[in-house]
Amino acid sequence: MPEGDRAVLEVKGLRTAFSTRGGAVHAVNDVSFDVKRGELLGVVGESGSGKSVTMMSLIGLLPMPPARIEAGEVLLEGEDLLTVSPRRLREVRGGEVGFVFQDPMTSLNPVFSVGFQIVEPLRRHMGLGKRAARDRAVELLELVGIPGARDRLDDYPHQFSGGMRQRVMIAIALACDPKLLIADEPTTALDVTIQAQILELVHKLRDELGMAIVWITHDLGVVAQIADRVLVMYGGQVVEQAPVKPLFTDPRHPYTRALLKTIPSVTGVREPKLQVIEGQPPILGAFPVACPFRDRCPLRFERCDAENPAREPCGPGHDVACFHPIAQTAREEAVA
Amino acid sequence: MNVEAPLVDVRDLKMHFPIHAGLLRRQVGAVKAVDGITLSIRQGETLGLVGESGCGKSTVGRAILRLYDITGGEIVIDGRAIGSVGQDSLRKMRPTMQMVFQDPQACLNPRMTVAEIIGEPLREHTDASRVERRARVVELMNLVGLNPTFASRYPHEFSGGQRQRIGIARALALNPKFIVCDEPIAALDVSIQAQVVNLLEELQDELGLTYLFISHDLSMVRHIADRVAVMYLGKVVELSPRDDIYSEPLHPYTQALLSAVPEPDPMLAGTKRDRIVLQGDVPSPANPPEGCNFCTRCPQVMDICRGIDPAFREVAPGRMVACHLLDPAHGGTAPTRAARRDAAEASEPRHDQQGETS
Repeated sequence: MPEGDRAVLEVKGLRTAFSTRGGAVHAVNDVSFDVKRGELLGVVGESGSGKSVTMMSLIGLLPMPPARIEAGEVLLEGEDLLTVSPRRLREVRGGEVGFVFQDPMTSLNPVFSVGFQIVEPLRRHMGLGKRAARDRAVELLELVGIPGARDRLDDYPHQFSGGMRQRVMIAIALACDPKLLIADEPTTALDVTIQAQILELVHKLRDELGMAIVWITHDLGVVAQIADRVLVMYGGQVVEQAPVKPLFTDPRHPYTRALLKTIPSVTGVREPKLQVIEGQPPILGAFPVACPFRDRCPLRFERCDAENPAREPCGPGHDVACFHPIAQTAREEAVA
Repeated sequence: MNVEAPLVDVRDLKMHFPIHAGLLRRQVGAVKAVDGITLSIRQGETLGLVGESGCGKSTVGRAILRLYDITGGEIVIDGRAIGSVGQDSLRKMRPTMQMVFQDPQACLNPRMTVAEIIGEPLREHTDASRVERRARVVELMNLVGLNPTFASRYPHEFSGGQRQRIGIARALALNPKFIVCDEPIAALDVSIQAQVVNLLEELQDELGLTYLFISHDLSMVRHIADRVAVMYLGKVVELSPRDDIYSEPLHPYTQALLSAVPEPDPMLAGTKRDRIVLQGDVPSPANPPEGCNFCTRCPQVMDICRGIDPAFREVAPGRMVACHLLDPAHGGTAPTRAARRDAAEASEPRHDQQGETS
């Protein structure tokens, strides 16, 4: 389904900071990535790694101030969203870019019916008439697998279960045929059996509609299942990017490796003791001049304290931000 | 099983919350959060209790410690029946049984220092002097890996993982025998989860603790638990030794639940696992279906399941399951690996080959 290699979204050197009473917090530092048509990009990282702030920065969803985008370009099919007018940005949001948030209860308006909330973007962005918009809303609800779609249009969010609400959110995000869908921890609030339903649905929709998807999660299991390519974020930076298989079989960054080892498996070998990443994630007070992972890194050496590593290619579609030669060349340790 | 009496023995525990409605607030029904569960935990053992949100697993934990007045059933902890005793005698039992809560932010008083939080149980339940209490607090902080020089700090000055350690230290203050861990790692980041789980395991080895480990994280439960109980809609559907339940789940719900966990390995995810995607949602515990609670979503449902609630019985040594499929009296199969494979093949269309993922 990919039509050439043209990226739908290209982000270059994005930098976002927040002014707080305790000084500036540099939440996103020089993040660059792209997503192609029909591709599902997984973004993983712990809380505070900057993954959500990155995505909110893309389409101006952060309150400014306190947030401030200090540098970078966000190219949606060549158009820089950081410099367009607020009016154009409103067209993009909910039009060309769809959003699904973590908590389906708080992101749906409880006082409007589900039908109203799906029809709203259709009328605003696509200029559909009442009847046409309603028909399209039914189609969308059917697409995301809500039984009895036409009858449920006038129901309110509280009348739906968690999994169904997330389906409604996805329907709204898909309403205007977005080129790009950004999903921020869309299954984190759901149970595993419901999560399995949603993952299956997204896979199907991606194949049918061929849009680009950015999927933010902290769950490496989810990424392994649905992503084509993965960004690993740590301390406001992308520390590794790889296609999904190499990321799991041949992780290069010490953080990615450690992260993979801390997660117990339900089917694989049961380790007698869990591996631990000692220490805490960094506090992003000053603009980083050294590697953000150095305090917890087993491979730390002098250079890590002096410079912040840039991402260097280390395989096909695979790059890593680490000075240590193990990260850039060898793979025997990763296999062992 | 073991000859010696288990440390915790729960029989037919019921916890129903009344629903009041109408002008006169009459009781119109009840949420059957826990509806007749039986389990026992041996000394030094970890029993994992897993299930989806709303299945009643947290209610079980709280009811066993008598944080609720239970609707029915018996609870015996360390040889004493506490199911229906009054608050006074319950209070004397409290030092033996403690709890670690899910949200380390919410369960610590923000206006108390760490020393006060950890020392509070000592003040309430013992007549230790201030100096003795102080010494015990230092000892406990060392035990859970907190720097004792931080004793006069407040909870907000600590990270999530450290706060959870404070909660654990408080639970340990009175040398309990039994600790209910209610989702102790759910609010923590993955890299911190492993630290806390390792701590809990070390403490168990050192102090001979017995845990009820409540979690929705099946992979973490596999790591920490000796036996695992799976709950669905207020009932335990399967209780088995850990290795058995993960290698050969017997109840259809356990099978679906395990297959739904995303495996952090694209090789495994793509190949050997048949995925069972359950349709629909969990019914409301205020209005559970007739017969087996799982009959509305079960991929192998039979007629009998919609009429008769299956008994919770031992189908293999140490393995308890509540399912008609495994009951020979109702034409069920013996719970052998071969029989289960045949059954799975017979119902092949319901299983989704999960090949397209990789």
